[in-house]
Amino acid sequence: MLLLSCPCCGVTAEETEFANGGEAHLKRFGPGSTDAEYEAYMFARKNPRGVHFERWRHAYGCGKWFLMARDTMTLEVYGTYKAQTTEPPAELQAHIKARRPEWEGF
Amino acid sequence: MTRYSAFAIAREALRQHTGWTRAWASPEPAAQYDVVIVGAGGHGLATAYYLGKNFGIKNVAIIEKGWLGGGNTGRNTTIIRSNYLQDPSAAIYEKARSLYEGLSQDLNYNIMFSPRGVMMLAQTEHEVRGYKRTEMANKLQGVDTRFIGPAEVKRLVPIMNIAGPRYPVLGALWQPRGGTARHDAVAWGYARACSEMGMHVIQNCEVTGVESAGGEVTAVNTTRGTIGCKKLGIVVAGHSGHLAAMAGFRLPIESVALQAMVSEPIKPCMDVVVMANTVHGYMSQSDKGEMVIGGGADHFNNYTQRGSWQHIEETVRSLIETFPMLSRLKMLRQWGGIVDMTGDRSPIISKTPLGNIFINCGWGTGGFKAIPGSGWAMAELIAKGEPGPLARDFSMFRFREGRFIDESVAAGVAH
Repeated sequence: MLLLSCPCCGVTAEETEFANGGEAHLKRFGPGSTDAEYEAYMFARKNPRGVHFERWRHAYGCGKWFLMARDTMTLEVYGTYKAQTTEPPAELQAHIKARRPEWEGF
Repeated sequence: MTRYSAFAIAREALRQHTGWTRAWASPEPAAQYDVVIVGAGGHGLATAYYLGKNFGIKNVAIIEKGWLGGGNTGRNTTIIRSNYLQDPSAAIYEKARSLYEGLSQDLNYNIMFSPRGVMMLAQTEHEVRGYKRTEMANKLQGVDTRFIGPAEVKRLVPIMNIAGPRYPVLGALWQPRGGTARHDAVAWGYARACSEMGMHVIQNCEVTGVESAGGEVTAVNTTRGTIGCKKLGIVVAGHSGHLAAMAGFRLPIESVALQAMVSEPIKPCMDVVVMANTVHGYMSQSDKGEMVIGGGADHFNNYTQRGSWQHIEETVRSLIETFPMLSRLKMLRQWGGIVDMTGDRSPIISKTPLGNIFINCGWGTGGFKAIPGSGWAMAELIAKGEPGPLARDFSMFRFREGRFIDESVAAGVAH
């Protein structure tokens, strides 16, 4: 059971209060993009063994979307941060690097 | 290699069982093979077997990072059915089901195929309409299914509470030729047959890299040395994305955990397979008497082979309403497997951006039932370099072309 902290309302709760929304930091491609770009945006996923950045929604709480770093090999939650950003905060990246030195970075 | 028969048992009984030989050899890897298959689970071994049997390609190695069938082949709930809605799915799953019928004789290895019948419960009006539609589609596809009413459901499964209150049983899609098989025996039987044809089944050999030159693979680096190959088949389920990354391409796949569990063994009480998709639960009784129960998949990426606690609770809680007698049972074991989910919940049997690498993955929550059909289609793809009729629609490039095989209801929920 994952324990998550919502960065929007500050509540820490079990994963049943949240809903997973897949990989974070996807770059959107729409009309005018190539088939390959659109396919990659819609379907190709990093699916890493290790550090994964993903979207979650505090579905049974404040209802807001936020982002999170988690390890898919250990299920360790490295931290959560607000969704209005294009990359994880520097202190979170430093924390992940300290916990998992072999991580190649964001 | 000893051929198994009633006569062989009698002969061995007379000499204290000293004449049995190992079911398959464990050779050292050679420097070069015509075909290397990565992944000795059911799908990989079946691919190798049909390469030899259907196409005469026998200079083949099947390499496995762990032990035979130690991944999802040994972690499923062994259900075999082919009652799919879309034509390409029905074709390959029905091919697999029909091959399962004769597989024990074909392999000379008892895989304990038990065509006991598979019942998919309709517990809402939407499901009733959906399954009646599937029944009609199956008639056109030549798959033997029919929609049965609640009285027939109760006759087939007396322990079921069909009256609700929350999810009354309104009927079921019934496939009398579906059933179960012994999952380990499927892997062992194929491995034995491959070994007998002279193929190398190499365990404890993890692939660490893929060497290529001029857009073609030349060798795989493994923990037991470099192995050259003219063609490479990647059949590694949940870890497909990892291997594709080594070869330099990406897949439309995400890996999640799916759980199952068994109860303590009890006397025979249910001789069919029951699936309840509305409440995310499915159940059969094993030959040992355990109730084998599977549930929903987790919703987040996961490689740990363990799932979330609440899914066990949800699965059991919902099944208890339909099967009240389960409430007194103790659960013996629970386990998780890593399943590879594609965007449309249908598998990939495909050529790749590298000319002589072929990939078979994306079976998601329903791979076991497809093993013989998947191996049959993958062998044809590797041998000819082009997909045959069974594999044609399962290309990995369908996501770019928008030709989805949308089985998300059938494959995304329960198998």
